[in-house]
Amino acid sequence: MAIDITQFRQVFFEESLEGLDAMESGLLQLAEGTPAEETINTIFRAAHTIKGGGGTFGFQELTSFTHVLESLLDEMRSGRRLVTQEAISLLLQAVDVLRSMLVALQAGTEIDQTQVTEFQTQLEALWHGTAEVTPHPSAPVKTAGDPVRSPVSVGWHITFQPCPTMLQTGNDPLRMFRELETLGTLTVQVDMTRLPAFADLAPETCYLSWELTLHGAVSREQVSAVFEWVEDDCALSLTPLSVPQVPEDVPSLPSPEPAAGVERRAGVERRQSTAAADMNSIRVNIAKIDALINTVGELVITQAMLSQLRDGFDMRHLDKLRDGLDQLERNTRELQESVMSIRMLPISFAFNRFPRLVHDLSQQLGKKVQLTISGEQTELDKTVMEKIGDPLLHLVRNALDHGIESPARRSEVGKPETGCLHLHAYHQGGAIVIEVSDDGTGLNRDKILRKAREQGLVGEDETPSDEQIYALIFQAGFSTAETISEISGRGVGMDVVWSNIKDLGGTIAVFSEGGNGTTFTIRLPLTLATLDGQLVRVGGETYIVPLVAIVESVQIDTTLIHTVAGQSTLYKLRDDYLPIVRLGDLFCVQQAGGAGSEDLLMVVESAGRKIGLIVDELHGQQQVVIKSLETNFRRIEGVSGATILGDGMVALILDIAGLLRLAQYRGGMSIELQRGETARYAA
Amino acid sequence: MASILAVDDSASMRQMVTFTLQGAGYEVVEAQDGEQALGIAQSTKVNLVLTDVNMPNMDGIALIGALRALPHYKFTPILMLTTESALEKKQEGKAAGATGWIVKPFNPDQLLATIKKVLG
Repeated sequence: MAIDITQFRQVFFEESLEGLDAMESGLLQLAEGTPAEETINTIFRAAHTIKGGGGTFGFQELTSFTHVLESLLDEMRSGRRLVTQEAISLLLQAVDVLRSMLVALQAGTEIDQTQVTEFQTQLEALWHGTAEVTPHPSAPVKTAGDPVRSPVSVGWHITFQPCPTMLQTGNDPLRMFRELETLGTLTVQVDMTRLPAFADLAPETCYLSWELTLHGAVSREQVSAVFEWVEDDCALSLTPLSVPQVPEDVPSLPSPEPAAGVERRAGVERRQSTAAADMNSIRVNIAKIDALINTVGELVITQAMLSQLRDGFDMRHLDKLRDGLDQLERNTRELQESVMSIRMLPISFAFNRFPRLVHDLSQQLGKKVQLTISGEQTELDKTVMEKIGDPLLHLVRNALDHGIESPARRSEVGKPETGCLHLHAYHQGGAIVIEVSDDGTGLNRDKILRKAREQGLVGEDETPSDEQIYALIFQAGFSTAETISEISGRGVGMDVVWSNIKDLGGTIAVFSEGGNGTTFTIRLPLTLATLDGQLVRVGGETYIVPLVAIVESVQIDTTLIHTVAGQSTLYKLRDDYLPIVRLGDLFCVQQAGGAGSEDLLMVVESAGRKIGLIVDELHGQQQVVIKSLETNFRRIEGVSGATILGDGMVALILDIAGLLRLAQYRGGMSIELQRGETARYAA
Repeated sequence: MASILAVDDSASMRQMVTFTLQGAGYEVVEAQDGEQALGIAQSTKVNLVLTDVNMPNMDGIALIGALRALPHYKFTPILMLTTESALEKKQEGKAAGATGWIVKPFNPDQLLATIKKVLG
C-alpha cells in the first residue's frame, strides 16, 4: 500500500518547533541550577521525538544531528554525565541550529550545511571528550528499508522450545508458524512430552515445543526475524538443511546505493512541501472542539423545536415561541463563544521566547536578571498574539538594557544584585492586561518634564500629573537618544510600541517610582473579530462607540458650554474643561436642535486624551462583529469599521483616536493647545 | 475489524500511524500518553496495543506493565515503538510483558507488515 508520507510533515514541523521551545525553556531551567528529573526528561523526549520523526518522515539530516544530541541528553538523564553550564549553552545553540534546519526544511530552502557540520563536530567532541563512560561508536542510523540479507539456504530445520511463560507476553507460536509458512513450505511436528496430567495443567503456561522443517530459499535472518521477539523466551536452534553448503559468516554484500534516484526524489518532495509551508494552522484543544460540537447539537435541537412550532402555529403557542427564541439566543451566544475560543491561545506562546532572550541578553550586558512569568495560561486571540510579540520584545529589551542596573550599581543603591523582571497577564473585563515590570532605576520624572518643557510639549505654568509625564515617553518626538540616555534611554522606539498597541485597539500606560523600577501595563482587546459597543443615535444614523473608550455620559447643561477663540467649544465638566464636538457636524448628519439640554454628552478617551461627543440618544450596548470597511468600501477617517445591526442596517464603528485627530483639524486647534488642555483638566 | 490502541506523544507519529492503520481497515483509538491509554484500556478492549516508549506522565514501559495487570489484557499483543539505540529499553519492555517491538524509523508498509504478523 502506498502512503504519501509527506502529508504528515506539516504536523511534524509544528510539533518539532514546539518541542524545541520546550527544550529551550527546559534548558534554561537547568541553567538556573534546578536539575529536576522531569525537566531533563522533557528535554530528552523532545529531542527523541524529533529524531524519530525525522527518520520516519524522510529528513536524515535532522536524525543524524539529533542523534548526538539525544545521546548526550540520555547520559545526563541517567546521571552518567554532569550537567555543566558549558554543556547547557552548547545545547541551547544546538536548539538554534535545529530550529534553523527545521525552518529551512519547512520552507523548502537549503540547510546551512557548514553550520550544521561544524556544530555536530562540537557536540560530538563534547560527547566523546568528557563522558565518564566509554563512548560507543556513534551508530549510523539505519534508514527505513529492507534489512541486509545474508546468503540463502535451501531450507532450515528449526527446534523451537518456548519457555513456559512465553504466552504471557502475548506471543503466540501459531502466529510465528503462519509467518514461517509465508517464507516456504513448512512441516510442523509438536512435542507434547512436557504436557502434565490434566489435573496439574496450568492453562496459561506453554508446555509444548516444536520441530519444524522449512523448505525454501530462506536466509537465516529471515527465520530469526520471525522469532526476534521471543529469542530470550525460548530455546531455538536453526540448522540449515544439507547441500549446497554455504559458509555462514560470509560478510554481507553492500546493498547497491540508490543515491541518485533518492536524491532526485527528495528534490521533488522539497518543492511540494514549499507550498504546504505557507499553510497557517492552529492546534486546538479537543475539549474546545467537543464544546463546539455540543453547542451545535443544541442549536439543531432548538431549530427543530422552532420549526415544529411553525407548523400549525396559533397564539396559544406564543410562550413556547418566546422560550424557543430565548434558547436560540443562548445557543447562538454559546456558539459564538466556542468559535472564538478556538482562535484563543494561551499567552505563553508569546512569553516563551523571553526566558532565552533574558538569559542571553543579561549575559551579554553583564547583568544578573531573574525573569518571572505569571498568568501565562491567560488566553488571547492568535492574531493579537502575533502582533503583540514585537512590542513586548521591545519593552523587555529596554527593561534589561536601560531599566535594570549593573550588579555593582545595584549593590551601591542597596538593592539585591539580581534584578527582577516580571511578566504578568490576566483578564479584566473583555480585555487582556499584560504587565512588564522591572525593579530597575525607573523613569526620571523631573528630567522628562524638563525636556518636555524645552520642547514646548508642556507649558511652563502647567503641572501635569505623573501619569501624564510618563506618557510623554510614547511621543514620537521624544525618542531622541540624547534626550533620554542619561535618564534611562526608554524613549527609543517607544512611539513604535505605542502605535503598534494602538493599532490593535489597545492602550499602554507606564508607571514608575523613581529608583524603584517601572511597570508597563498593556491592555488589549481579547479578539479583533468582535467588539463590545455602545449604540448611539445621531440624527437618523446609528453609530457604535467602543465601550472601552467611553469614560462617562452626562446630560448636557447648556450653561457650561464655552466657546473660546476660533471655533473650538469647551465644556466645563466638574473642574475640567473638555473640548466637545457634535458628531453630526463631523459626519455631516442633520442633528436635531442646537446644543439643547436634551442632548447627551459622551466623554470618550484615547491615549490619555479626552473629548466630549454630543449625541442624540443612547441605545443599548451589544457585542458587534467587526466588518472591514476598507475591503468593502474604502477607508474613512474617524471610522474603524462597520457592523450589521439586528434590523439589517449597517452601522459605523467610531475610531476614537481618529475622531480626536479629525476634531482637532476641524476645530483648528493646534496640537499644543490640545495637549495643554489635556494636562490642565486632568491635573 | 480488529481494533488498535495507538499511543504516542508525538502528534505527527500518531497521525501517521492512525492514517496507515485506518487505510488498512483497522479501527484505531489514539492516546497521547500512557495514562490516557490506560484509561481507555480500562473501559475498552482492543485487539492490539501499539505504544511509544518515551512519553510524559506514564511511559510505555509502565503502560505495558499496567496493561498486563488488567485481566482482559493478559494476552493482548502489545508492541512498542522503539529506536535501535534503545536496546535496554527492549529488554525492559519484554520484562514488563511486551509482545514485541517495531524499530523506529519505520515506514507505513513495515508497520502494516508487523501488525499483520501479530493480528494474523
